[in-house]
Amino acid sequence: MNFKKCLYYLTIILMKIILKGSEEEKMKNIQELKKKSAEIRMEILRMINRAGSGHTGGSLSITDILVTLYYGIMNIKPQEPQWEERDRFILSKGHSVESLYCILADKGFFDKEELKTYCQFGSRLIGHPNNKVPGVEMNTGALGHGLSISVGIAKAAKMDKKNYKVFTVMGDGELEEGSNWEAAMSASHFKLDNLIGIVDRNKLQITGETEEIMSLEPLSDKWKSFGWEVIEVDGHDHEQLYSILKNTPLKFGKPTLIIAHTIKGKGVSFIENKVEWHHRVPTDEELAKAIEELSQVSGDGING
Amino acid sequence: MDKVACKQAICEELIKLAKKDKDIVVLTGDSRGSASMTEFARQLPEQFVEVGIAEQNLVGIAAGLASAGKKPFIASYASFLTMRSIEQIKVDVAYSNVNVKVIGISGGISYGPLGMSHHALQDIAIMRAIPNMRVYLPADQHESKKLIEQLVKDEKPAYIRVGRNPVENVYDANNFKFQINRANTLKEGKDITIISCGEMVQTALSAGKILQNEGINAKVIGIHSIKPLDEEAILEAAKETGCILTLEEHSIYGGLGSAVAELLSQKNQVPLKILGLPDEPVITGKPREVFSYYGLDVDGVIKSVKNLLSKKVK
Repeated sequence: MNFKKCLYYLTIILMKIILKGSEEEKMKNIQELKKKSAEIRMEILRMINRAGSGHTGGSLSITDILVTLYYGIMNIKPQEPQWEERDRFILSKGHSVESLYCILADKGFFDKEELKTYCQFGSRLIGHPNNKVPGVEMNTGALGHGLSISVGIAKAAKMDKKNYKVFTVMGDGELEEGSNWEAAMSASHFKLDNLIGIVDRNKLQITGETEEIMSLEPLSDKWKSFGWEVIEVDGHDHEQLYSILKNTPLKFGKPTLIIAHTIKGKGVSFIENKVEWHHRVPTDEELAKAIEELSQVSGDGING
Repeated sequence: MDKVACKQAICEELIKLAKKDKDIVVLTGDSRGSASMTEFARQLPEQFVEVGIAEQNLVGIAAGLASAGKKPFIASYASFLTMRSIEQIKVDVAYSNVNVKVIGISGGISYGPLGMSHHALQDIAIMRAIPNMRVYLPADQHESKKLIEQLVKDEKPAYIRVGRNPVENVYDANNFKFQINRANTLKEGKDITIISCGEMVQTALSAGKILQNEGINAKVIGIHSIKPLDEEAILEAAKETGCILTLEEHSIYGGLGSAVAELLSQKNQVPLKILGLPDEPVITGKPREVFSYYGLDVDGVIKSVKNLLSKKVK
């Protein structure tokens, strides 16, 4: 064996060791993300129960997506919310704000104690995202606005030659708003590969099933035809979410759209897939039962 | 006389300012020609964003740009911009309180013969009722330039409405002290005050001069800022002249006249006449014909002034 060949094999062995290490590290992180999601879900339910107001189903359905973004993907500095190079997050489906507030507080953007003021008189924790709260970029709540805003931010990044990414989570029912498609058209026109849209495809909206109210399918084809690179994932599988989000943009020069298949009310058996839980508030008894279920969470994924 | 459209003056000012400040961005919605922004797009393509015929997206993108530190100026048709995308203006711009300047071009009845779909006669009313939104109507090219020069310095939302056509100068370029949010007294008088905004200020001033020759001493005030309103100047004029006539290219509901009425009815009740377009789809015609029909030209204003004076308590 000559020296060159020796070096080659040595490199391969070393790479394998490093990769195995990082793989283990990743799996450890995935386990932590799962645990974090369960914690955040408990906090969401406590918050909604305390306030007597909130959007329970949708907040639970986006939690694994937001946890993966905030704890695994996004480049942010909670102590410096306006840091110029930060990745941006826009919650287009603003009614799921409980999940965002709980995560921001947990990350240290503001004191967790403040969560108790949610929807209380004079609180800055309004029932839809409020950019007076550290970590919240823009006020949303009227549906179909977030993607245009995200296009604007992503466009600014391109103009300023900055490397940050823009992530936005949209509801599936929200896509019935025509403004989304204006934004979708422009994102690909501007070649915004720094923009990653995630659709929380829980298939329910306030009145019932999306396909009954106003059919969205074939959803993937719609986005593809608007010039986006599209991928579908299990929106409760942290590992899948992590791998895909880590590898964005999926294609240079194109915006990325992730259809995250989710379950509205995910994590609590009696809330899951129940249309009435769009904005039902858990009673004290229901809260206790939900906390008990969530405390036992170990499995994951859409069937977990 | 040197007649220039306000939008033309705004474009020139923005080119001047944007050459020194890379964060100034102009956005249009297939409206660059109508907005006289073609030259901006040609000279500063890196600071120009064409969004196409999609007003909601236009405003949302501008809000996103502002949130990332840019200084966006939207220039699009007032009729569509203030109706189609009003929710984006309310939520994305005003509620988020980001630095977006919304320029409504071809405001009022600029597109007279094209019908109600193209008239912007409710824009002041809508914009004025939105928290954090300021409302400006410059009277001529000089006031337009001064206004933009000032607005570029702050980081808050504003709506600027201008017309389509070239307008005569109200102000003298070399001898004009512009103070943002303050009314300008263009002519002193003791009998009545005519308050006007935007491109109707010229009409108010002409009427004031003719009335002077007829022995009626009218004070003429030009107001470029409907919100915030220079309450001090209006109350002072009410005290001085005892009656007020307002003139605007807007619905009689919710515009300058309403703003003045809201103020006077609570602080100093003097006889008031609101001149504007009535609550109906406006008659077909060129702006001049339409103004004449509704008594919003110089002759109409003179007639209304005389009528109001007869009601004034001596």
